[in-house]
Amino acid sequence: MQKVTRDILIDRAAELLASGMVNRVLGWRSGEFFYDVVPAVFRSEADMRDGFVFDDFCGCNFSKYLVKESARSDGRILVFLKPCDTYSYNQLLTEHRFDAEKTYVIGVPCDGMLDIGRIKERVGEGVIGIEAEGDELIVKTLYDGDKRMKREDALPDRCRHCKGKKHVAFDELIGEECEENDENASGRFEGVAELEAMTSEQRYFFWQNELSRCIRCNACRDVCPACTCEKCVFDNPKSGVENKAASDSFEEKLFHIIRAFHVAGRCTDCGECSRVCPQHIPLHLLNRKFISDINGLYGEYQAGETVGSRSPMVDYSRADLDPSEAIGKREE
Amino acid sequence: MLKYRINKLNELFSSIAENRLLYIPSDGTDGRAHYTRWQDGIVLSDKLNTVRSAKDFFFPQSENLIEFERNGKEIKVNDIRKEPEDFVIFGVRACDAASFDILDRVFLSEPVDSYYASRREHGIVMTLACDRPAETCFCTTFGIDPACPGGDISCWQSGDWIYIEANTEKGKVFLNGLDLAMEQCDENEIAEDKKVICERIGKLPINNLPMDCFGAGKTETYFNDPAWAKLSESCLGCGTCTFVCPTCQCYDIKDFDTGSSIRRFRCWDSCMYSDFTMMSAGQPRPTQLERFRQRFMHKLVYFPENNDGIFGCVGCGRCLSRCPISMNIVKVIKNLGGNSNV
Repeated sequence: MQKVTRDILIDRAAELLASGMVNRVLGWRSGEFFYDVVPAVFRSEADMRDGFVFDDFCGCNFSKYLVKESARSDGRILVFLKPCDTYSYNQLLTEHRFDAEKTYVIGVPCDGMLDIGRIKERVGEGVIGIEAEGDELIVKTLYDGDKRMKREDALPDRCRHCKGKKHVAFDELIGEECEENDENASGRFEGVAELEAMTSEQRYFFWQNELSRCIRCNACRDVCPACTCEKCVFDNPKSGVENKAASDSFEEKLFHIIRAFHVAGRCTDCGECSRVCPQHIPLHLLNRKFISDINGLYGEYQAGETVGSRSPMVDYSRADLDPSEAIGKREE
Repeated sequence: MLKYRINKLNELFSSIAENRLLYIPSDGTDGRAHYTRWQDGIVLSDKLNTVRSAKDFFFPQSENLIEFERNGKEIKVNDIRKEPEDFVIFGVRACDAASFDILDRVFLSEPVDSYYASRREHGIVMTLACDRPAETCFCTTFGIDPACPGGDISCWQSGDWIYIEANTEKGKVFLNGLDLAMEQCDENEIAEDKKVICERIGKLPINNLPMDCFGAGKTETYFNDPAWAKLSESCLGCGTCTFVCPTCQCYDIKDFDTGSSIRRFRCWDSCMYSDFTMMSAGQPRPTQLERFRQRFMHKLVYFPENNDGIFGCVGCGRCLSRCPISMNIVKVIKNLGGNSNV
């Protein structure tokens, strides 16, 4: 369960709206069910009281919305960011994608967001309510009554291996700030290590199997805070590589591999790509492989930790490995 | 009506697969149901529905249409289509079965789409009643009955039996041709099961949406509705909803340069995309608001206007569970025209 309640956030937003500090609020709007929360812009306290929510299903990262939304009006927009969202916020500022002066960031603590897909994997379809009880969830179902499951099992991978509960960007914080990194953060690269331990044939088979499900809906790209090109080459008929259909089974892999290269060094590992994939492809593993390689070859680097940091991918120092050495190191 | 022991389902599948390709929903490595080519060892999923809809069988995501080859000053036109093999899709739910009627209206009206028509002719649809519909189901809104799922042949799982009934001549001929000893039975044997399904459907939270205010002639009413701005404001413009939708039928036709020929193919397109229906004069729907509006106006107003009042939605609920921002047709229906219930 989240420690900060919706009312605390609404109260503070109402003050900021009333004072004129901000003229709108980017927040989560409740849906038809307990889990289908929609990102929304609120313009009044009354609207927030009516539809604003903050609970275990507010997983979506708002940072990218600021690119479009901050350009829509002159006033400042209040945005609620969870710790991991603030890395994307910083990275977008580093890339000059919006003006920080047009945003007002309230950092909200996060206890990990639940994934309705994982819940349904455990209890089946037909879920109509949820309650938290210690480390357990009580899921109300249509046909099997109340079903219990561990909260941990309902967490998406990005939350299970949370990279930190500390906000790296904010104008103010609500709730208690946690300075300590989650002990689970070290597990982030477990999935990558498993892939690395495979033979190249096994790895090829793994990705062949996963990526063969891709339907090229482009949701991973569209949600990705590192993908903010105004016109993606894959949407541009003049680029020569625009494609809506895969000409063969390898082409859809190429799309994901190219995208992973494009965001290498800029990906903050926010995990939105895997969250939105309708086909449940573990896309974050591609990005984590790059992050893990960058860490190993050039020293620990976390994109978005500070504004203005230069990714090892675009930086040069004399101490850098020679590319040939880097390749040799990888082959060891 | 016929019945067959459920523990001998594998024999039923084996018998079907003798003369036709058989596809059934089966759990993939991702733990979700996908239509899978049946062979010994492939097990029927117990999930309510497949991630992708069954439309793929008749309207695949991409297909080659024709090929042009240049030989000196001559251009040779090759019909490269492959005649589909006879196939059966088993376990189609009522919603997806109803989506074929909608697709038929598009592809089988003049001029008939011969690629689609050929697949329809070669395919047999075996449906399966939904004994446990989900909270996201709202097929009954569109007059679809999950207790009588339709298709060429309907099936019900009940106790130790699978009950089977042919609905079309094609279905009857097919069932008669199976080399399988099935028992004749009275349809009253599953009356209770049907009743239970109806009761369950009645209790679903969104089973009965107010559709009276939509349909033909409502373009003026909704086109400039201020609710579109709010509904579309956080839309990512991805194509997830259109691609998982069993009734979305828009496609693009493009040429692929193979190096030695030009291959003309078609592939699913999405009205959510920035280059959808791009013309020489540019994009007719410049922002996401217009693109978003197009998708829902098409389903709720334009399609019924051109198709005897039939809506372009079957209430399968896929868009409800797959949209990255949880925006969907139910929220649109509830918010247009000042029906603010969300």
